[in-house]
Amino acid sequence: MSALQVALEKVSLVIVGGGPAGLAAALEAQRQGLPDILLIERDMQLGGILNQCIHTGFGLHYFGAELSGPEYADRFSTAVTAAGITCLLDTHVLEITPDRILTILSPQGIRKIAAGAIILAMGCRERPRGALGIPGTRCAGILTAGMAQKLLNLQGLMPGRSVVILGSGDIGLIMARRLTLEGAQVEAVVELMPYSSGLTRNVVQCLQDYEIPLLLSHTVVETHGRERLTGVTIAPVHPQSQKPDLEQSRFIACDTLLLSVGLIPENELSLGAGVRLDPATRGPRVDQSLATSQPGIFACGNVLHVHDLVDDVSLEAEQAARSAVAFLKQVPRPAPQEEGNRYRRSDPVPAIAPGSSTGQAPTLPVLAGPGIRSVVPQLVRRDLAPETIRLAFRPARVYRSASICLSDDHGQLVLKSQRRILTPGEEARLEIPASHWPDPVTSHWQLSIEV
Amino acid sequence: MFDVVIIGAGVIGCAIARELSRYQLSLVVLDQASDVCEGTSKANSGIVHAGYDAIPGTNKAHYNVRGNPLVYQWAQELAVPCKNNTSLVLAFSESDLPRIDALIARGQQNGVRGLSRISREEVQRREPQVNPAVAGALLAETGGIVSPYGLTIALAEHAAVNGVEFRLECQVLSLSHHPAGSPETSHFSIRTSQGLIQARAVVNAAGVFADSLHNLLSEDKLTITARRGEYYMLDKRIGAQFNATLFQLPTDKGKGILVTPTVEQTLILGPTSDTIPDKTDTRTTAAKLEEILATAVLTWPGLRKDSFITSFAGLRAHLAEGDFRIGRAPDVPGYYLAAGIESPGLTAAPAIAIDLAEQIAADFDLVLKQDFLVPPPPLPDFSLHLLADPDHLAQLAAEIARDPAMGRMVCRCEHVTEAQIRAAIHRPVGARTLDGIKRRTRANMGRCQGGFCTPRILEILAEELACDITELTKAGGQSQIVTGQLEVKA
Repeated sequence: MSALQVALEKVSLVIVGGGPAGLAAALEAQRQGLPDILLIERDMQLGGILNQCIHTGFGLHYFGAELSGPEYADRFSTAVTAAGITCLLDTHVLEITPDRILTILSPQGIRKIAAGAIILAMGCRERPRGALGIPGTRCAGILTAGMAQKLLNLQGLMPGRSVVILGSGDIGLIMARRLTLEGAQVEAVVELMPYSSGLTRNVVQCLQDYEIPLLLSHTVVETHGRERLTGVTIAPVHPQSQKPDLEQSRFIACDTLLLSVGLIPENELSLGAGVRLDPATRGPRVDQSLATSQPGIFACGNVLHVHDLVDDVSLEAEQAARSAVAFLKQVPRPAPQEEGNRYRRSDPVPAIAPGSSTGQAPTLPVLAGPGIRSVVPQLVRRDLAPETIRLAFRPARVYRSASICLSDDHGQLVLKSQRRILTPGEEARLEIPASHWPDPVTSHWQLSIEV
Repeated sequence: MFDVVIIGAGVIGCAIARELSRYQLSLVVLDQASDVCEGTSKANSGIVHAGYDAIPGTNKAHYNVRGNPLVYQWAQELAVPCKNNTSLVLAFSESDLPRIDALIARGQQNGVRGLSRISREEVQRREPQVNPAVAGALLAETGGIVSPYGLTIALAEHAAVNGVEFRLECQVLSLSHHPAGSPETSHFSIRTSQGLIQARAVVNAAGVFADSLHNLLSEDKLTITARRGEYYMLDKRIGAQFNATLFQLPTDKGKGILVTPTVEQTLILGPTSDTIPDKTDTRTTAAKLEEILATAVLTWPGLRKDSFITSFAGLRAHLAEGDFRIGRAPDVPGYYLAAGIESPGLTAAPAIAIDLAEQIAADFDLVLKQDFLVPPPPLPDFSLHLLADPDHLAQLAAEIARDPAMGRMVCRCEHVTEAQIRAAIHRPVGARTLDGIKRRTRANMGRCQGGFCTPRILEILAEELACDITELTKAGGQSQIVTGQLEVKA
């Protein structure tokens, strides 16, 4: 059989993912005047995970209206369609190379596309049971909260009748209420940490309003049942060591265990493209323009860091789109390889863009200091025009009446902001006005929390 | 009346079935599970053992050494993922080096080729992740890895296209022998959950349950205990950092905790070894999972918990005598057994099957078929590392042109498309359950563990099997995935 001759198609901007991030990025890129945009979505319809989020609470910030997930998605996808942006549905990106060549798969075949710029907007996945190492049987009835949400809301299937939920992430909380409304008995939500990892409004509206117990500092220590789950053993954990106290364990009969134990940005394609990741966010390391370590590749939405609110995703995606368009304007229309040439795995990975010619390091790392679990962006580029920089960060634990401190490499305070409460369940933000632009001798910034 | 009944559709039962299907005969394989490969064969280390470990003169040594090259040969013929990645047995102190030499001597006595002692530097050159405190190692050049469920299912498929019948969810309730004056009238009656089956010959390949079946027929009573082995599985990104299978020096309980890449590039750590009273108890335990970590870290100090994708456990059938029992049962003509098949049973399977098939063929004057069919072609492979090959890409493009569903990705982690899932259902001895799809396609086996693809797979299964999604199970019995339809409120 002869080798596959795939013509290399050229597009200015490829957006990978048609969820909230990809949709907002596509619209903004078009508003910026970019003519050829290609949005690739693996599902049969646009909207991503919003399609299964039939509860309300979306759009309060962005639209000033309380919308359901599908309604929020619909506002964007209708606009994308109306704007005539090319969307490839039912299409899976197999690979992205460091020189921005995408291999895509669909029922129409396999195509290769050379992109001038790429916006990564693939979203995230749920952490599975195996990642936690919960001992016990591996029977039916153990599934992630998001999968249960899809079964229930999109396929009309009940995942179970009596349910324990491990982890108090937002999807788990939403599903506790949803399953209760559909007649299931939610026995308890069990959370390893001494605080909920979901939004406070969800703890109130989804658990307290339905008298569903939230067991903090508890975990599931064993699953039972040969074929279908018959119950779980739970135990309190020591708040610091998180070791379960098996003496105080107890059995809860249930046929379903839902897991809402964290979301992991889906960066397999990014890794293949040579994009550097931040171990704390598990998303790409980016600068304030949302540029990754690979020239011309930008990231936004949950593939970059897990967001609490979709409104923030949309705004972030628009920033990524503006940066991608600026990148395309700044460089001549890229032609990474001749027509028909194929990228080979053995080819060297193109180097990261070197610093400016002045010898000054062009980027300033923003470090997660004491009390900070993760921060985005991880870098500030000094050679961009000074403007307000928005840091998104998660604290390492719950703080009350604390200060967020941004300091430089000499420990000098750059900015300080007082907060009543900071919790890992709610991503916090800090705006650094353009007036605080880093001077050329500062080697890094550090974000920390002081009580 | 069947000519032969094989009880047990693990790798041994399926291998014997495939070997016997070369002859003109009627053959049925029974298993109480909902699929082939639902017992010991699905949850083990997947190692092609070289054969240095077994005690010389035992069946284990004999069948291991004969089976080793056959596994590679069979895997190639059946297009089963298999790799001659070599095995290393690591010694962590100078004082343990004589034990390495003793293993080499034992292996040579068993007839194993390609055994040598390598230096610390050579170990580090081959395996940069290994503990730098290593003192030296045994290198077994013929060691390898194979997909245990891939091999078992491929053997079942090949047997099925050659006329072997598979009856699943078929439990043997009782078994009796009716001796007669001549071999022509001697036969067995097998009462099962699906009715009475009669056959001229019975092969017992029932794994941990082989003793209770055997004891129904033979006066030479057997006792099999179940030994549970627990494992951790890690992400492919980690597995890619290892080449060889890494053993520590064996203990009296077995070959100890190993660290090995799998043919799918994941990494497994394990197994533990514990005798358990309940022969169906495949749960994992906190204590043993901790033991794996505590032991594996000696081999691999870089071990971190953040790339774990799952843990699992499998049972091994251990005979008190510590060896395989293979062949004719002396007191029951027409009854054959393959009992006590624990490690290195997977490696030994081809040689065991060839011997048993030859014995049965000789005893019953079986005649080889003229029209023995080749195995069905494997499913197309969308693995990323193959996509760099333009010929492979062209082949996939041709498949998509034939069937557009071949281009619709369902499992993003393991790159499994809709057409592959549909094909897995319609292959010989096709998938009927979510786990059946998993072991035939790898959908559900990757880093998201089915979080994304399961709802779509359920739809496809329901369509192809013409049933309701609420009837679908993970692995038969009462393992339904969902508990019902959403009630529509007035």
